[in-house]
Amino acid sequence: MRNEMEIIFDAVSDNEAFARVAVAAFVSHLNPTLEELSDIKTAVSEAVTNSIIHGYENLYGYGRPADRKKVHPGKVQVQCVLEEDVLHIRVTDKGKGIENLEQAMEPLFTTKPELERSGMGFAFMEAFMDDLEVESSPGEGTVVIMRKKLGTGSWIDSEE
Amino acid sequence: MDQVTADDFQVIDHCLMVRLPEEVDHHSAGYISRNADRHLMREEVRNIVFDFEDTRFMDSSGIGVIMGRYRKISCFGGRVYAIHADSQIQRILKVSGMSRVVEIIE
Repeated sequence: MRNEMEIIFDAVSDNEAFARVAVAAFVSHLNPTLEELSDIKTAVSEAVTNSIIHGYENLYGYGRPADRKKVHPGKVQVQCVLEEDVLHIRVTDKGKGIENLEQAMEPLFTTKPELERSGMGFAFMEAFMDDLEVESSPGEGTVVIMRKKLGTGSWIDSEE
Repeated sequence: MDQVTADDFQVIDHCLMVRLPEEVDHHSAGYISRNADRHLMREEVRNIVFDFEDTRFMDSSGIGVIMGRYRKISCFGGRVYAIHADSQIQRILKVSGMSRVVEIIE
């Protein structure tokens, strides 16, 4: 069975919770485990947050009051495709893009230490999903593609 | 969504207790950090306890909050504890490597 959905929303931090809950709801009929749902929500949250604060540099959620004039009007697009029990997620923004992708994907690397970004975003996407691909061109935007097979249980617990 | 209030931050015996909201993400992280830091500045805080009792979701923004507070108190010998963390939250703490600096108390 194939099932598809797509949401497009303003790149503001208020929508982070909406995006991850929407994706979780989309897969809910497959009866995913709590752990799988949590993994997916975390990964979506990381990708969407990246688009908002790095892609569009809409920073006001970080304890900063909203200055509507300064809010970038950009949109974040989240597309999901379910093919049998494999969930494909694509998060697209048309923000400023990533100059050095290799560096950006290193754990603990962040361009915004002053915001206390932990630099764990891509590491979390990698850890909690089966597959992660990132394409980005400076000035044009970034696409994050993630895949996860549902119904396989946890590999993190079994590795311990 | 529930909002963090001043009641969620209490200093008891030089220990700052922070009751975290249901969802710790970039949206709520700034408020938590600012309030915690206000207590760190004004009162004599030695250790910090993050209470995850109500928390059902956390992403790397939460790791940033914990790491930032840890940096502020660890140089004075302070410690950071996590209490009431459910299995998902504990996984996040472990995957991020935070479990090495944060003591998870069951």
